[in-house]
Formats: sequence, structure tokens, C-alpha cells
Amino acid sequence: MVAGIAFFAFAFVIMAAAPILMLKDVEVKEIATIAQTVIPEFTQLAEEYPEEFKQHFGKPTPKAFAEALSLGRDTYVAEACWHCHSQFVRPVSKEDLRFGRVSTIDEYMNKLQLPQMFGTRRVGPDLIRESGKRSNDWHMAHFYEPTNVVPVSVMPSYKWFFDDNKRPTKKALALTAYVQWLGSWWRPDLVNAYKLETTSGGGQ
Amino acid sequence: MAETHATSPKLVNHWLVKAHIVASLIFFFVGLVTGLLFSLQFVREYIGAGVELLSPGRVRMVHTNMLAYGFIANAFFGALYWIVPRLTGIPVFSEKLSKLLFWVWQLVLLLTFVGLMTGFAQGVEWGETPIFVDPLVVVGVVLMAINFYVPIIKTKEKALYVSLWYFSVAFVWTGLNYIMGNYLPQWFVPGAAGAAITGLFIHDLVGLFVTPLGWGMMYYFVPVILKKPIWSHALSLVGFWSLAFFYPLNGVHHYLWSPIPMYLQYGAVTSTVAVEIVVSTVIVNFFMTLKGNGDILRTSIPMRWFYVGMVFYFTTCVQCAFHVFLTVQEIIHFTDWVVGHAHLVMFGVFGFWILGMMTELWPKLVKREWYSTKLNEYHFWLTTIGMAVMFVDLMAAGLVQGYLWRSLAPWEDSIIFSIPFWMIRIVSGIMIFIGQILFVYNLWRTAKGPAVAYAPELQPSAA
Repeated sequence: MVAGIAFFAFAFVIMAAAPILMLKDVEVKEIATIAQTVIPEFTQLAEEYPEEFKQHFGKPTPKAFAEALSLGRDTYVAEACWHCHSQFVRPVSKEDLRFGRVSTIDEYMNKLQLPQMFGTRRVGPDLIRESGKRSNDWHMAHFYEPTNVVPVSVMPSYKWFFDDNKRPTKKALALTAYVQWLGSWWRPDLVNAYKLETTSGGGQ
Repeated sequence: MAETHATSPKLVNHWLVKAHIVASLIFFFVGLVTGLLFSLQFVREYIGAGVELLSPGRVRMVHTNMLAYGFIANAFFGALYWIVPRLTGIPVFSEKLSKLLFWVWQLVLLLTFVGLMTGFAQGVEWGETPIFVDPLVVVGVVLMAINFYVPIIKTKEKALYVSLWYFSVAFVWTGLNYIMGNYLPQWFVPGAAGAAITGLFIHDLVGLFVTPLGWGMMYYFVPVILKKPIWSHALSLVGFWSLAFFYPLNGVHHYLWSPIPMYLQYGAVTSTVAVEIVVSTVIVNFFMTLKGNGDILRTSIPMRWFYVGMVFYFTTCVQCAFHVFLTVQEIIHFTDWVVGHAHLVMFGVFGFWILGMMTELWPKLVKREWYSTKLNEYHFWLTTIGMAVMFVDLMAAGLVQGYLWRSLAPWEDSIIFSIPFWMIRIVSGIMIFIGQILFVYNLWRTAKGPAVAYAPELQPSAA
């Protein structure tokens, strides 16, 4: 019994405690801090869907962005998006050519990766470099009925993110903001705003 | 507590064993139906598309959780209620507690089902049980441990049989693991470190919960049915201790090539290969035990389930030792190869062992002869062929997906070329489903059959 617990503890120490200790001096960014950099796509949402945006978020401020990111991430969890989409680019299989730069450990030191959304299956593509690749409208259309924008898609339709007039609800706006945020920290137009800590990145 | 009085309590409570088996089967069917339903999404034939409460994503989480915690856990608990009193000669700690735990566990499953379908999943793989349900699970595991530790500690047997070793540690490990996996990545440890913990959690569920209970069950049933001891007790203990040491170190292999530090990844790969060596010793032990009595596989359907399960266990672990290598991972990670692997393990091994246990115990529990042995044969063959087809099909699909991705073909190609494999997967699922329907029909007809005289229940040893 004692040995059994000891082995579990041993494994935990070297496998889990080790990375925790490695990162103990790296700040885990609060959502409010991240949201200080309001991505352009969020502001565009306010222009593209003025009535809905005003009703749910008011103006595209950092505070509104924080709320959107939070709700977006929670929706992403609740709808099991993370079971078909991953959120890390591997240094193999030419993924850097397909998605963008290889993921490093510091990118995930924030409260939106608590719990981590690395994912273990890709039916759909990886999303950690999704930011700015497609328009807000594309995402809205994609959520409503994926096959309208990707005819062979097997992603389910999320019609309940939209009301009876096919206008986006708060969830649709939030999820779009969240997905557009993924990888925004490495975009050339935004990279200085985020100031990522440099650590010895893993997986390279 | 075991007490001597005029009317000694029965050693084994049949109601508890039967209730857990029935509950297990109910959740098994929820799992099967959700699995079949989810597989339809992949060929765009989903029933109820666009309906929020039938959302395929949520259905997928219901599928995995109802099978792991409903089908597998319930069945194992039932088996424990049968086995532990027999091996220790002492009843479980408290019948009242046992019954309470039974209902509490089904409540946990019901809350999980409703919670997942209404959008309260927790973002932890294999830990999607809603956050508000987690504490109930932990309390349940602790109480269940007490229930079984009392007879294990109080037994007058000279040496603890290997099954009891496995059962004892399973509860400790599971309690610790569940807390670690559901709380640390949720509240305290983000990103890559959180992924390391999630990886440990996922693999510890397999290696420290399901595997010990499964092997413990095998170490009991096989010698009992064969009326022959295990070939080597020394080897069984080698297996136990090596498993205990190496299994927990595997966890990070669920996130290879992720930003988790590479030295941890290398450690996980090494440990995974080591565990395969351990597994081999256990398999050797069981096949050497069978040597000379191979004919029993023809006559005893439970033994067939057990040994096919062991063959699948060996297959899945060899496959794992192969695909854990970082080079192979480049192609197969994130693909259906892994899904095939997971199904072979969870269903082909543990599901099969459980079906074997149910086939063995049901006549004893309902005190009837089988309504039809033919139905049990059909059940076995439909399920085995279905599972084997699914496994090979998804391995092939995985290779197609992985190589297409690497070739930088448009993402859509990996979808288009997967569709034939996804169709075959549906067929294999239907085969498995029909097999289970035949089985449950047989169970029901057997229970309702004419009564037979049965041997009196074992009484507890004088305390």
C-alpha cells in the first residue's frame, strides 16, 4: 500500500511537479490582463453586428473583451470543441507550414488555458494560430452551418448560437472573439502588445 | 462488520452484485447508443442535427463517460462484491453503506449525463463529469475503499492473494488520481504543466483504476473456472510491482510533441516501452496457466471472453510500445489510429472481461440455467468481429489521415478520404450493438426461466 502510494507520488513528482516548478516564476496571465490588447476582430464585431454587440457587450472595451473571451472559452469547453480541434502546433509533420509557428510553453501561461485546451484529436484543424486568418462573417457562417463554407465538413451545426432571425446571440459573438484571439499574440501587428516571457520552450 | 450470531449474514450479497451488473448494462446501452449516434455525424447522417440537446459534441462526452464510469465502473464494483468476500472469507464492511453507495453512484452518473447534455462539461479529458459532481465521486471512492479494506485487513488468510493486492491499490490510486486530475488542471495549473497532469490523469485511470481491477478479476476467475492455480505466483507479483512503478510514469505520452518539456516526453516513452515488458509477463503467466487446458475456450464462453480480452490486451500494449515512439507519433497523433487503440483497450480488453464476468455470474445470480447458449455464442462472435474490424479500420484511417496531413494536402482531403473508414466503423458498431442486444435478451429470458435447485450460499468463516 505504502509502496503503491509512493510510486504514484514519485511519478507525480518527476512528471507533474517538475514542469510546475520549472514554471513557478512565470506569471499566469489573468484574463483581464490579456484582454487589455483588444484584437481588431473584436472591434470589427461591434461594427458588423452593432445591435447584438451593443446589447450583450456594450462597447468593444478591454472589459467587454475579457467577458467575451471567458464566455467563448467556456462555450468551447461545453460544446466539446476541444474533442475535434487541437490547440498546439507540433514541430513535426510540416505543421509549421500548415498552421504557423510551433507552439511554445509560454503561450499557454494564462487563465484561458486553465484547464488546458491542447486537445488530443484533430477531426478539424488545429486552432492555436487561427487568429485573423478568416473573417468574423466566415466564423459566424461556419458556426451556423459548417457545410455552407466547407462543403465536406463533418462539424455539427450550432444553430442555437443564433436566434430565430439567424442573428448571433452572445455565445456566437463570444466564441468568435475567442477563436479570433487564438494565436493573436504572435501576429505581426499585435506581437509587441503581448510581450511574451521567453522561457526555454519545449517541443522544439 | 463480520460477527458471529445465530443467523450469520451472508458472505456475498447477491443483490449488490446483480444490481451493479444491471446498472452497468443500462449505462452500457446509453454508451452504445451515443456511440452509434456520434458515428453518424461523421457521415453527415446525424439524427437531430441542429438540436441543441442532441449536440454531437456533447453526445461524444456522454459516450465516453457513461461507458467508463457507468458500464465499466459499475461492473467492476459488482465483481468486487462477489470476489472480495470470497477471497477474504469476510463480508464487506457494511451492507447499508454498500446499498447507499450503489444509489449514490447511479445518481452521479445521472447528474453527469444531464450535466453533459445541458452544457456543464468540465474541460478535462475523461474528467468531463461536471465540477459540481466531482466531490461526490471522491467521497464515494473513499467510502467504497473502506467497504472493501475492512475485509482485506481483517482476513485470516495467511497471504493476500494477488487479486487483493490489485484491488487495494486501485482504490487508493483512483482517489488520489481523481482529485489530481479534476482539480489541479482546472483551478491551479494551466498550459503545458496542466497537460502533463492531464496526461497522468488519463493514463492513471487506465493503468491504476481499470487495469488493477481488471487483472485482479482475471486472477480470480481464471483459476476458479480452470480449477487450477496460476502458473507462477512469483511472476504475478513481479507484474504487480512493475505495473505499479511504470504505469504512472507513462502519462505524458498522451501529449507527445506538445510544448511539455522534452525530457518528460522521453521519460514517458521509455516508461511506456517498459510497461509493455511488464504486461508481457502477465500475459505469459495466464497463457502458461491455460496450457494443457486450451479446450476450455471451446466449452466455456466466459473463458473465451477473458482470453480474447488478454490477446487484445497484449495487442494493444505492443501497439502502444510501437506507436509511442516519437517518430511514429509524427504520423498517428491526433488521428483515428488513437481512437481505434482506445476502443480496443477500453472495450476489447476491459469490456470483454466484464462481459465474460457477467456471462459467468448471471446464472449463479438468478439461479437459472441459460435460456440459450447459442445466443451467447452469437454475442461473442458479433462483438469480437465487430471490435476487430473497428480496430483495424481505424488504424488504417489514422495512417491515411496522418500521411495526408504531412503531405500538406488541403485539410478537406483528410475528411474526404476518411469517409469510407467512418462508414465501416458504423457497420462494426452496429455488429457490436446487435451482439449486446442478443446478450441482454438472453439475460432477461434466463432470469425469467424455470427455477433450478442451486447450492446454498457460502457462510462467513467463524469470526
